[in-house]
Amino acid sequence: MKILVIAEHDNKKIKPSTLCTISAGLKINENIEMLIFSDGSQDIVSDAQKISGLKKVTLIKHEIFKSQIAEDITKALTGFLESGEYTHILAPSTTFGKNLLPRISAHLDVQQISDIMNVLDHETFERPIYAGNAVCKLKSKDKIKVITVRGTCFEPCKKESENTVEVIDSSLTFDGKVNFVKHELSESDRPELTAAKIVISGGRGMQNGDNFKLLEGIADKLGAAIGASRAAVDAGFVPNDWQVGQTGKIVAPDLYIAVGISGAIQHIAGIKDSKFIVAINKDEEAPIFKFSDYGLVGDLFEVLPALEQKL
Amino acid sequence: MKALVCVKRVIDYNVKIRVKADKTGVETENVKMSMNPFDEIAVEEAVKMKEKGILNEIVVLSIGSESSGETIRSGLAMGGDRGILVKTTNDLEPLNVAKVISKIVEKENPEIIIMGKQAIDDDSNQTGQMLAQICKLPQATFASKVEKNGERFEVTREIDGGLETISVELPCIITTDLRLNEPRYASLPNIMKAKQKKIEQIDVGSFGLNLENRLEIIEVNDPPERKPGIMVQDVEELIGKLKSEAKVLS
Repeated sequence: MKILVIAEHDNKKIKPSTLCTISAGLKINENIEMLIFSDGSQDIVSDAQKISGLKKVTLIKHEIFKSQIAEDITKALTGFLESGEYTHILAPSTTFGKNLLPRISAHLDVQQISDIMNVLDHETFERPIYAGNAVCKLKSKDKIKVITVRGTCFEPCKKESENTVEVIDSSLTFDGKVNFVKHELSESDRPELTAAKIVISGGRGMQNGDNFKLLEGIADKLGAAIGASRAAVDAGFVPNDWQVGQTGKIVAPDLYIAVGISGAIQHIAGIKDSKFIVAINKDEEAPIFKFSDYGLVGDLFEVLPALEQKL
Repeated sequence: MKALVCVKRVIDYNVKIRVKADKTGVETENVKMSMNPFDEIAVEEAVKMKEKGILNEIVVLSIGSESSGETIRSGLAMGGDRGILVKTTNDLEPLNVAKVISKIVEKENPEIIIMGKQAIDDDSNQTGQMLAQICKLPQATFASKVEKNGERFEVTREIDGGLETISVELPCIITTDLRLNEPRYASLPNIMKAKQKKIEQIDVGSFGLNLENRLEIIEVNDPPERKPGIMVQDVEELIGKLKSEAKVLS
């Protein structure tokens, strides 16, 4: 067996979801390699050198990989795979992995397994279906397994190694059917929602975007990420990428604090793997209390300042 | 310009999912079925493009049993012009769905192929990308904004951490994210009109594809249940519990 993990990065660092993907790969077999597509920035090379558990790290270098367009990566990756005899190809189940891997899967004529939560053996996996309302255990009959991994279900691997990174200069030309135009990324010093140990989210009960400042003080004290329910996003309080839930981000922190969130099924689907859930809501009948470990009935405009002060 | 919109019939998103007692899947008997919500957004986007004069024909495609015809019909009531139902009684995996759609793409030559980013039943999020690879077409996935710019489309995509805008050549495949638009309700006159629109039926066997499933479902289970929690009286008690019981705060 030979496993290849496709790394996701932001041109500075390998993303934590990739580290979790490596851990999932190690549960299949220890013969595991990582492949990076990048313009060759030194930051990425240095970061990749530290990642533990890898037998080999390869970086395919081309200016075009500064933006990670699926078509460009597919072209280089399908070429790379011809030499590799890999039995498993893994990527994180993030928008990067979801965008890219089905193309590779179709190229290899195999049926991808999306978003695995558990590795039972080299061909048997568990994955959520119906937004996590059911769990499907399945076995792949394909020769090569193409898999995306739900990061929150696996601990990130350590960064204590001193790998050599083999850099391959790519001389490929690309057809320009897809061109990168721009990124509009939210700037924040806080951890990413899907990687944070603590997440605090606000819902419609926050009443407006300004009131999310009440969460910021607490988030700063706890080193938490800030999220929101779909209702809060739809009401325009906060940007789209803050949304936690079935159609937003799936999170599984050690502590999830839901403030002014009633607990719609679609929100619960995104948080139910959290270790502890705290709900703060003025409506004692709110469904969120059925899913929380600790519930506090109260006016969030009184509870939040008190919480920030006492932490 | 012609659009092919792909729609899937799924358990309605408001229905509480129940795992079957024999663990072979989830209960679908006597359960309300609807068009996959992401596909509804795809139909709406196509109809909007037609209203703007970018498109002049919308073909609504579904793959499934006779009842998937009803799902096509709701797409026609929203503004689709005609339908294609590829008939099969098997549950096709995304790779096979993509292969079937590629045959329709060959036949219809649409400039735009648009579908939901994922179906809310198996949550695979694969078909659009696989189709793109099979047809050697560019893809714009998880679209939250689509604008025509000369001979190309500029598509804003929802990615982790924000938005990305790409420019794609036509023909292309677009998969829709939640905030692309709000699908309209079909009006009664349009529902009546849709009954007159043509739905071509094609047997899946006529493509000569090997559509054998590659994944064997061993069992389907309920997700692990959460233990019932407790109510705390105030902030002090909450912080105390988080420190001493849960040990998630220090």
